[in-house]
Amino acid sequence: MPDGATVKTTMLEIRDLQAFYGESHVLHGVNIDVRQGEVVTLLGRNGAGKTTTMRSIMGIVGKRNGSIRFQGKELIGMAQHKIPRLGIGYVPEERGIFSSLSVDENLMLPPVVKSGGMTVPQIYELFPNLQGRGTTQGTRLSGGEQQMLAIARILRTGADLILLDEPTEGLAPVIIEQIGVAVRKLKQRGFTIVLVEQNFRFAATIADRHYVMEEGHVVDMIPNDQLAQNMDKLHTYLGV
Amino acid sequence: MFDLLGVPPQVLFGQLLLGLINGSFYALLSLGLAVIFGMLNVINFAHGALYMIGAFVAWLLLTKLGLGYWWALGLSPLIVGLLGVVLEKTMLSRLYKLDHLYGLLLTFGLALIMEGAFRHFYGVSGQPYPIPDALKGGQNLGFMFLPNYRGWVVVASLIVCFGTWFAIERTRLGAYLRAATENPVLVQAFGINVPVMITATYGFGVALAGLAGVLAAPIYQVSPLMGTNLIIVVFAVVVIGGMGSILGAIVTGLGLGLLEGLTKVFYPEASNIVVFVVMAIVLLIKPAGLFGRER
Repeated sequence: MPDGATVKTTMLEIRDLQAFYGESHVLHGVNIDVRQGEVVTLLGRNGAGKTTTMRSIMGIVGKRNGSIRFQGKELIGMAQHKIPRLGIGYVPEERGIFSSLSVDENLMLPPVVKSGGMTVPQIYELFPNLQGRGTTQGTRLSGGEQQMLAIARILRTGADLILLDEPTEGLAPVIIEQIGVAVRKLKQRGFTIVLVEQNFRFAATIADRHYVMEEGHVVDMIPNDQLAQNMDKLHTYLGV
Repeated sequence: MFDLLGVPPQVLFGQLLLGLINGSFYALLSLGLAVIFGMLNVINFAHGALYMIGAFVAWLLLTKLGLGYWWALGLSPLIVGLLGVVLEKTMLSRLYKLDHLYGLLLTFGLALIMEGAFRHFYGVSGQPYPIPDALKGGQNLGFMFLPNYRGWVVVASLIVCFGTWFAIERTRLGAYLRAATENPVLVQAFGINVPVMITATYGFGVALAGLAGVLAAPIYQVSPLMGTNLIIVVFAVVVIGGMGSILGAIVTGLGLGLLEGLTKVFYPEASNIVVFVVMAIVLLIKPAGLFGRER
């Protein structure tokens, strides 16, 4: 991993991204850059297009155009199942734990796409709650544990870009703290993370930069160290 | 010899064996339907026709190419499976975005075409298919006489059914299948080619029907209508077991076969409707089926 002093290479470059669900035009020209090893959040009100941006990267929206380049490769027009195989891991908002699979089966489900993924013991070290739960039905875990499992199964695959869609939604503060610790550890390991978050205070503790979205555009970009000066502006954007 | 409720044991066990044989076919066919419904959400009305084609392929292999039963047991499911792959790729796959009803209508139409074509060329009278030499004769079990071939059908279908159950419920490939049944979009977002899995699943499901056709050929005659006669009961089995439930299909298939056999002994008038009576009761009490999960 390059350290902070060197210029980091761009890992994900989104230009003029338009996305549609059926007839409705959801994203209107989104521009985002994510450099290697960064944690970047997408902030914004409900319906601003944060989740759709993530789904567009994974190729699971109805129609999209513009450009999404991951490590130089164009994702638009690529077959859906090939996108994750480049090394992009997706943790959806609804967590997507499979009820017909055990915890172990959920954990082992996503295929390994690159070498260098975390091993199962390393994953248990990061999320001790999951240990010894292997035969439990996936959806019998608590909400927090399901979130941990949803993140854990991506870490095995060797993906180096992780898309986390609202990992703290509906969780108790003590669990949110655990997730925060885990995300910081992942950053230390060199993972690049794009995070959709409503919980702005959580985002401020882990992110390098914040993109603010409104009505399908990116309206602002605020580096985390300039957050204090921009609080008023941010409050207006988020309406909090 | 002793009598059970005035029924000689030979009659009772004879009917139970017949029930078990029928149950084996119900299980094999409803298993294929359950696998297909789980993954594709399509009620495959062509299943009976594909079972019939499985039997006809065996008969054609024998009469045109001189390839016997054991060849047919391997080749016929393969050919029916490939036919299924072609049907899925060229037709069914275009309907997934529409209401389930369209898949049902398409497969129903395909069944009529396939059965009509075979009826045109081979008539409805049925063609005999010989029992393979290795399975001729039978065993005297003391309380009844068991023809070897019938014993073989029961054993073979049990092995295939529980092998399929194991593959789906206990292996990694099965985990993909279960996951894709639940949330295909997410499984695709993990890098698994779901459309290929769907095609393969349909191919496998109808190959089971083809296999059932080969097993049935020496017992029932090979006739264009053999599928139609069976498939209505099989649909009832799937509904009773719970749509999409693998274990439900197997257990209910065998169980209802036996129940039908028993009914033939004790109240023959009801034997043709007992399955549907059970279906009505199950639907009233547990609408998702005995092994089904509410969605």
